[in-house]
Amino acid sequence: MYRYDSYDTQLVAERVSQFRGQVARRLDGSLSEDEFRPLRLLNGLYLQLHAYMLRVAIPYGTLSSDQMRMLAHIARRYDKGYGHFTTRQNIQFNWTKLEDAPDILMDLAKVEMHAIQTSGNTIRNTTADPFAGVAADEIEDPRITCEIIRQWSTLHPEFSFLPRKFKIAVTGARQDRAAVKVHDIGLAMRRNETGDVGYEVMVGGGQGRTPMIAKTIRDFLPKEHLLSYLEAILRVYNLAGRRDNKYKARIKILVHETGVASFRDQVEAEWLALRGTGPDLDPAEVARIAAFFEPPAYEPVDPTGYRAMLFEDRAFADWVKANVAPHKQTGYAIASISLKPEGEAPGDATADQMDAVARLADRFSLGEIRVTHEQNLVLPHLRESDLYELWQGLRAHGLATANIGLIGDIIACPGLDYCGLATTRSIPVAQRISRLFANLDRQHDIGELRLKISGCINACGHHHVGHIGILGVDRKGEEYYQITLGGRADEDAAIGKIIGPAFASEDVVDAVETIVHTYLGLRRDGERFVDTYERVGRPPFKEALYDAR
Amino acid sequence: MTQHIVTANLLGKGQVVYLTWDGGWSEQVAESFIGSGEEENSWLLGIATRAAEARIVVDPYLIEVTERNGAAWPVQHRERIRATGPTVAYAPPEPRGTLRRVA
Repeated sequence: MYRYDSYDTQLVAERVSQFRGQVARRLDGSLSEDEFRPLRLLNGLYLQLHAYMLRVAIPYGTLSSDQMRMLAHIARRYDKGYGHFTTRQNIQFNWTKLEDAPDILMDLAKVEMHAIQTSGNTIRNTTADPFAGVAADEIEDPRITCEIIRQWSTLHPEFSFLPRKFKIAVTGARQDRAAVKVHDIGLAMRRNETGDVGYEVMVGGGQGRTPMIAKTIRDFLPKEHLLSYLEAILRVYNLAGRRDNKYKARIKILVHETGVASFRDQVEAEWLALRGTGPDLDPAEVARIAAFFEPPAYEPVDPTGYRAMLFEDRAFADWVKANVAPHKQTGYAIASISLKPEGEAPGDATADQMDAVARLADRFSLGEIRVTHEQNLVLPHLRESDLYELWQGLRAHGLATANIGLIGDIIACPGLDYCGLATTRSIPVAQRISRLFANLDRQHDIGELRLKISGCINACGHHHVGHIGILGVDRKGEEYYQITLGGRADEDAAIGKIIGPAFASEDVVDAVETIVHTYLGLRRDGERFVDTYERVGRPPFKEALYDAR
Repeated sequence: MTQHIVTANLLGKGQVVYLTWDGGWSEQVAESFIGSGEEENSWLLGIATRAAEARIVVDPYLIEVTERNGAAWPVQHRERIRATGPTVAYAPPEPRGTLRRVA
């Protein structure tokens, strides 16, 4: 894992000190709310529906066990004993107090964390494949790229007041687990014909009220030109992006209105003008950063692994089937920890659960944890022979739900239960669906099905890219839910299509049941939900949902 | 005639509060002072604005209410959730109103 150098330490410490002074001046009246609001937002502190919410950055979703323990401490001491892991690999604390915020930030700084640029029209936390560095299908660890971007973008003076917020995602694997095509910039590592590693650069993806899939503007960018190319994109956007209408201010609108070819030409011209003759970054500095992400010294493993237990314990076998992924190192495995137990709020974890994950990470995963954009956690360095014991440890804390990628593994934004922007609730809908499909045998029989729920058109719950997407809409004070089908956030990313008129709250769960039932009646051997949908299209689902009404 | 109350958040602690009949603030929406008509609403908002200037509360605003059992009850779904807390539980819910008068 990356460790702060003296610059990082000084920068974060100074920011805590500055914010402490700003809070003091707000509380003594030296600053008005209008003056203070942008300052607190620069530090990730929002005033939400019920209280102040603090959003803490988890760079590219990588956490140490000590950092997780600190998050547990913050949840316990300053909040109500829990936190909410978000779709941007961050964590939010929903019940913080303004007067405590400087102390929280100071505690975070002790473990090399902060809340800088988790709000505002800045470059936000760069997200990555949660299996980075360990995925069997990886070309190269994307976290080196992410860390370079983090250092470059943190308090970058030219990009601190962009037309709108800006999100970058990076994957180093063929399978896209980072949803790069629905980000402002998506970087996917590729090899060219000579075997060199570089990036496919995609621009203009996003969700919200105008969902778009990112367009490729460069098939292959040599790694050494990463920063100058990003700077060229950001410069074009910063100058030409709209500032008159926040709903049209994201780069996706600029790319759409300019046209991909023209936008590409502008970026390439800017890049030509600003790039030097050599690499953007001193190779020694790149090597210094890369050294933090060197693979650990994996120890020899017990070749018998865990397979005998698969036959002895059915629940364990189900968990392995759904939650364990191949590791690049023989004898090792990657395990996802579902934060979607039956009937609970997706992405929430109690302080005790966070401490338990930290302990298990120390014992089994070299002290390392990942956060996924699907609101789960990952232990990336597991001996296969430890899996059974790990599973027992997770189960003792309600963390062994065997539903990763299944219909119970629902993404849901906080919705109107917490969020000041939401117009409808999303968590209760997720809970009802979770309970309806509580039977894990049934979930496994249904197979991979990504269900995502947003409580408003801002789409923080990623409904546009759910195989089944649910969007809450307010109609004269009543909650209705619009369903989309066929979205996906993987390497074949697509925006879901609205299936028909919205459903009343009391009917939406039955509608999901009807969709699943229809799929099961239509699927062929080996088909996932999305495969069947892409083969048959909307008509049979629409017919099943609306003809009987 | 529509009825309104004033709500805000406490500046330092952030919790949701309502303006009461004596110019104080309570966590209980039922204890809020109900205003009718433009003149009363303006008067209520003036008191709240002064409380904001005095750094007791932040971002005060009017919300429409009806009377339920003689007390104010928000008309909008959003404000009902804001008054009663999230409709979902995770951590043990903190009892509201144990500290009834908060400012």
